[in-house]
Amino acid sequence: MHATSALAEADRLMTVCNSCRYCEGICAVFPAMEMRRAFSDGDLNYLANLCHGCSACYYDCQFSPPHEFNVNVPATMAKVRTESYEAYAWPGFLAPTFRRNGLVISIAACVSVFAFIVGFVALRDPSVLFGTHTGPGAFYKLMPHNTMAVLFGAAFLYAMIAIAMGIRNFWRDIGEPANTLTKATPLWQAIKDASSLRYLDGGGVGCMNDEDKPTDTRRIYHHLTFYGFLLCFAATTTATGYHYLLGLEAPYPWYDLPVLLGTLGGLGLVIGPIGLLRAKFQRDRELVEARSYGMDVGFLVMLLLTSITGLLLLVLRATPAMGMLLALHIGIVFALFITMPYGKFVHGFYRFLALVRYAKERSDAH
Amino acid sequence: MKNGEIAGHVASRRDETAGRRHDVLVIGGGNAALCAAISARRAGASVLVLEAAPQFYRGGNTRHTRNMRCAHDSATETLSGPYTEDEFWEDLKRVTQGRTDEELARHMIAQSKEMLTWIVDQGVRFQPSLGGTLSLGRTNSFFLGGGRAMLNALYATAEQLGVEIRYDAEVVGLEIENGMFLSATVKEQTGTSQVRAGALVAASGGFEANIDWLKQGWGEIAGNFLIRGTPYNRGTILRILIDNDIQQIGDVTQCHAVAIDARAPKFDGGIITRLDCVIYGIVVNKNCERFYDEGEDIWPKRYAIWGRLVAAQPDQIAYIIFDARSLELFMPSLFPPIKGDSIAELAGQLGLDPEKLTKTVATFNNAVQPGTFDPDNYDDCATAGLTPPKTHWARKIEQGPFYAYPVRPGITFTYLGVKVNKEARMIMSDGKPAANMFAAGEIMAGNVLGQGYAAGIGMTIGSVFGRAAGQGAAKHARN
Repeated sequence: MHATSALAEADRLMTVCNSCRYCEGICAVFPAMEMRRAFSDGDLNYLANLCHGCSACYYDCQFSPPHEFNVNVPATMAKVRTESYEAYAWPGFLAPTFRRNGLVISIAACVSVFAFIVGFVALRDPSVLFGTHTGPGAFYKLMPHNTMAVLFGAAFLYAMIAIAMGIRNFWRDIGEPANTLTKATPLWQAIKDASSLRYLDGGGVGCMNDEDKPTDTRRIYHHLTFYGFLLCFAATTTATGYHYLLGLEAPYPWYDLPVLLGTLGGLGLVIGPIGLLRAKFQRDRELVEARSYGMDVGFLVMLLLTSITGLLLLVLRATPAMGMLLALHIGIVFALFITMPYGKFVHGFYRFLALVRYAKERSDAH
Repeated sequence: MKNGEIAGHVASRRDETAGRRHDVLVIGGGNAALCAAISARRAGASVLVLEAAPQFYRGGNTRHTRNMRCAHDSATETLSGPYTEDEFWEDLKRVTQGRTDEELARHMIAQSKEMLTWIVDQGVRFQPSLGGTLSLGRTNSFFLGGGRAMLNALYATAEQLGVEIRYDAEVVGLEIENGMFLSATVKEQTGTSQVRAGALVAASGGFEANIDWLKQGWGEIAGNFLIRGTPYNRGTILRILIDNDIQQIGDVTQCHAVAIDARAPKFDGGIITRLDCVIYGIVVNKNCERFYDEGEDIWPKRYAIWGRLVAAQPDQIAYIIFDARSLELFMPSLFPPIKGDSIAELAGQLGLDPEKLTKTVATFNNAVQPGTFDPDNYDDCATAGLTPPKTHWARKIEQGPFYAYPVRPGITFTYLGVKVNKEARMIMSDGKPAANMFAAGEIMAGNVLGQGYAAGIGMTIGSVFGRAAGQGAAKHARN
């Protein structure tokens, strides 16, 4: 009846939970569940992506293991969610990359870094790679700006197309009409809920990660990671604007906007992923979804490497280490871009869209 | 003071050899026990909690609860309107049919007002009434995350305050002399030991998981009962107390019993095995005979009578029969209903006589009078000339497919207990208050509940008398 055993288990759990409803006040999943009496695969994929994994329901549940009803909503939803990423992947032949995600990301990162180093050496000469370059255009002594822009523009464009196709698959699977995305009210509600991580809060007291007390800090570290990422993205966008619109060439002085944004974002992107990795390592084994573990860790490590290499590049850009650091940094960023549609990065899109649908369902119900 | 210090020093040295002496010993680990432990600790006493269950199963039946009934004079963030002390009292009087101790019950109701804030101060959080429980939205305060979330909050607070808690620690004996508690014998994995304390709070629940005890009142039919909650409530402490001259209250057959899905596990099935569809169909026994007015009242008001009704039927089993039109009128439950395209086919699935069931349904259908069906309010759909009648929500069972749930008596908790006064102090058989023994929760629920039940009262009893017991025990132990 269901496509996978994880979906069948999610169906069983939602039947249990819908008969109980004690967790209704904890997050969006349970009120969304209450709007249904039967659960199709699309419904379950929607609920799984709506689940933030805060895990309060697991410790609040009288039926969680070792009880014979064996109710473990966070772990089951994580499994369904991971499988749904794979099912929505575009193009379809790349879907299996989700299964060995840690490995795929590692290889992508190594190959990219290697390619940039070889590229720098092949295009120029080894002395350029280890030389000291300062002043405007210093980076472009290693690789012309336009080459860099075309490479990254293409990678970014591809990632966005692939993600958009995945979104389309998700939206179809859960059976939501396209015009929901044109409605301002649910969109705005979802933006508020996502940007505040409203449902990574155990219903107001906080989440649980490794014990029955709400001592989890993932919400703070996720904020640092997410807003750090946005700031870094803003830094890159500003720098691109400087280059093409104002004719100002990188590197910029430390007090200039791209560097300030990038430094601030970079710091968030160092502290955030470290906190999230620590939480991941401490997490109650009962709650860990083994299949997504490599993917989750891989994504966090890539974000961490992006920020660390970026900050190192800032500090050491006037030394002979700059060439290698630049290769390392942009190699990692390139790998991050091309693996975006096939890794943990997609969770943000699906969860946001699930929140849009939830906001719409809520307003329809009232 | 010098003497006191020396005495304390001597006492602590003795403790090192014979196990530390606590001011207050709390036996049990549910709502009542934790309220007692916290209030005793806040009053300055050193407190030891002995919970017989392992950590996951801590908290007895509190794990399965979802709300408590407290009086309040105005609406709150989570309660939709006022619920006065008088109204609470009237409700209690009605469900118990007067079998309650008015003075004690009114005292509890008055105290329940404060519990709404006191329990929040202990870390418990409330939320508006759950989906499908609108009828309780004014009277009952729901715990955010349910009973286990409530317990987690109480345990966290107790630990923070320095209450010592031991799990898998079953008290198997009490040393009581002339109404004075001296020590308890505790069985743990490491062995058996003695625990001494200045005062005792017994909050160890009832005896519903002790089927042999249930049989003493009910006879062999108790073997067919399902126990909705913890398998750890075996009544060991209750039995020891009664055997040690504490006054018993209530009778062995009185309990909170509802009709639950017969397919539920023997123990600990909890809330999800309940069925809210009685009023939308008919209920027959294994002989395909109806036996009670299914439409007597709005469901939550009378749900607690159905356990006893089914217990009185042959083999303690009954079947709720309804048709396709009613399928989605009530909260879903764990097991899907049994389905048949005709009444005869349904009877076959249930192991009932198809002819008899068809006839019972036909007789019922013929007696149904025209009316306007309203699933949420008293309507005018009733039968005429039928015994027993169905006085509301009587609609012909005619639209296939047809559905049935098999039901058995599900015992939630028992009422036989120890007698207490307003301070939650136990009363000896000669009518005198015990020197240093208190009781709270299910073990003394019979003081308030002689029979019958209304949602959330068990938790009110636990919190109000738990807090009082803790305060009383601390005061005694520290004097």
